Amino acid sequence: MIHQYKNNGYDIVLDVNSGAIHEVDDPTYDMISEYEGTPKETVISDICRKYPKETKEDIEEAYDEITQLKDEKALFTPDPYKDRVIDYTKRPTVVKAMCLNVAHACNLSCKYCFADEGLYFGRKAELMSFEVGKKAFDFLIAHSGNRRNLEVDFFGGEPTLNWEVVKQLVAYGRGQEKKYDKHFRFTFTTNGILLNDEIMDFANKEMDNVVMSIDGRREVHDHMRPFHNGDPTWDVIVPKYQKFCAEREALGKEYYVRGTYTRYNLDFAKDVLALADLGFKEISIEPVVAPPEADYSLREEDIPTLCEQYDILAREMIKRHGTDKDFNFYHFMIDLEGGPCVYKRLSGCGSGTEYVSITPDGSIFPCHQFVGKPDFKLGDVDSGIVRDDIVTDFKGCNVYSRPKCRDCFAKYYCSGGCSANSYNFTGHIRDVYEIGCALERKRIECAIMIKAACAEKDAKSASKENEKTA
Amino acid sequence: MKHIKTLNEKRLQNTVVYGGCGECRTSCQSACKTSCTVGNQHCENPARR
Repeated sequence: MIHQYKNNGYDIVLDVNSGAIHEVDDPTYDMISEYEGTPKETVISDICRKYPKETKEDIEEAYDEITQLKDEKALFTPDPYKDRVIDYTKRPTVVKAMCLNVAHACNLSCKYCFADEGLYFGRKAELMSFEVGKKAFDFLIAHSGNRRNLEVDFFGGEPTLNWEVVKQLVAYGRGQEKKYDKHFRFTFTTNGILLNDEIMDFANKEMDNVVMSIDGRREVHDHMRPFHNGDPTWDVIVPKYQKFCAEREALGKEYYVRGTYTRYNLDFAKDVLALADLGFKEISIEPVVAPPEADYSLREEDIPTLCEQYDILAREMIKRHGTDKDFNFYHFMIDLEGGPCVYKRLSGCGSGTEYVSITPDGSIFPCHQFVGKPDFKLGDVDSGIVRDDIVTDFKGCNVYSRPKCRDCFAKYYCSGGCSANSYNFTGHIRDVYEIGCALERKRIECAIMIKAACAEKDAKSASKENEKTA
Repeated sequence: MKHIKTLNEKRLQNTVVYGGCGECRTSCQSACKTSCTVGNQHCENPARR
């Protein structure tokens, strides 16, 4: 299975099953489309006719290069994984990551919030007690088997509303590391309102990653992320984020400024660039996932506009590559050499098996997006997981169990996509959310093109340097 | 090669032998809370890299 596309002047061929990525010239691009199932003589004569300026020798040479790559299993590679995945999904799994909802309370009313604009459907605000949090840590350690690296994301609501408990739990986790030969990686996701020097200092010392929510331009952000009384928040958070990010960059610690784009900012590339222009280097802006009836939800007819925005963003990133205005966009990041193994790519995010979310009252759900859906409650921190049937269902999720993924070129990059999105839009965890898929495919195409373009730009700069020193 | 430039050396089929240790990060724990992005995670199995 191969995927071919042209973007920004680059002809790209992705060999899906091997993951090999090739940049080719125009005649070779067309030849690859025709190669399988057509006799060599026919392919050569077709391409000679289409490209009269090319010599026959050159075209034959390109044909031989294709054949060589096929022989090396880097082009037209058959699927070697289908049978293995069945055994892999039957494997015993351990829990290695936990999203800890330490506060079902929030000081903002974000319009796209999956917790009723931070009001939690009229329920009383809930904060996780240290006791429940401690049991959650014990649950994670007890179910982590031999896995050493364990991840805990302090999430909410807004976790800074329960900051003392966060600090106590970090101390508790650190205290367990030696005893059980574990290493905790802590993360927290914040809306920034309560950030202060004390929180930043603590996070700089203890948190491997910090995710700071911001949607981009002031007007876009303030429209969707106001205080409960409607007051704007952008000016409150931006100076804090700038300070925090600068500190983390100096310490070599990870961070992301992360936002959501909606139908109100279909020109979201401007938001990413606004964040880059504020000096942020690690940026993630994701499409909103919302019911179709929401006025801000993305619709199928928006896809071409959104794809164009990714193209605009990609071209701008290439322009900035190697300059002091350079930045990373999370959804264009792709690790071509050190990326995940095929098992990870087949099985995906691990929700409901390796990854769970725990609420302030100690209930366990398959992930943060399933929180509050009673049918998906797996158990609690006292009894552990009691719904093995749900776990088995999630364990069976992989790219082969989703019929719509089988022929998709992106399947080893998104691993079949988000089960929660699939459930929210189709009622099943093994289906797909089509708008999300279209955007994911576009992001992968852009990410690969950026790799090709930046490699070319780097090579040109290196050659210029060499000329200077020669 | 003159007509084809291959951008990566890594082949997914080779990871069948070493893969599956599970030490890598969970995608939704980084900067991705509403879409599943696995392809940009790093392999953390020192035996494979």
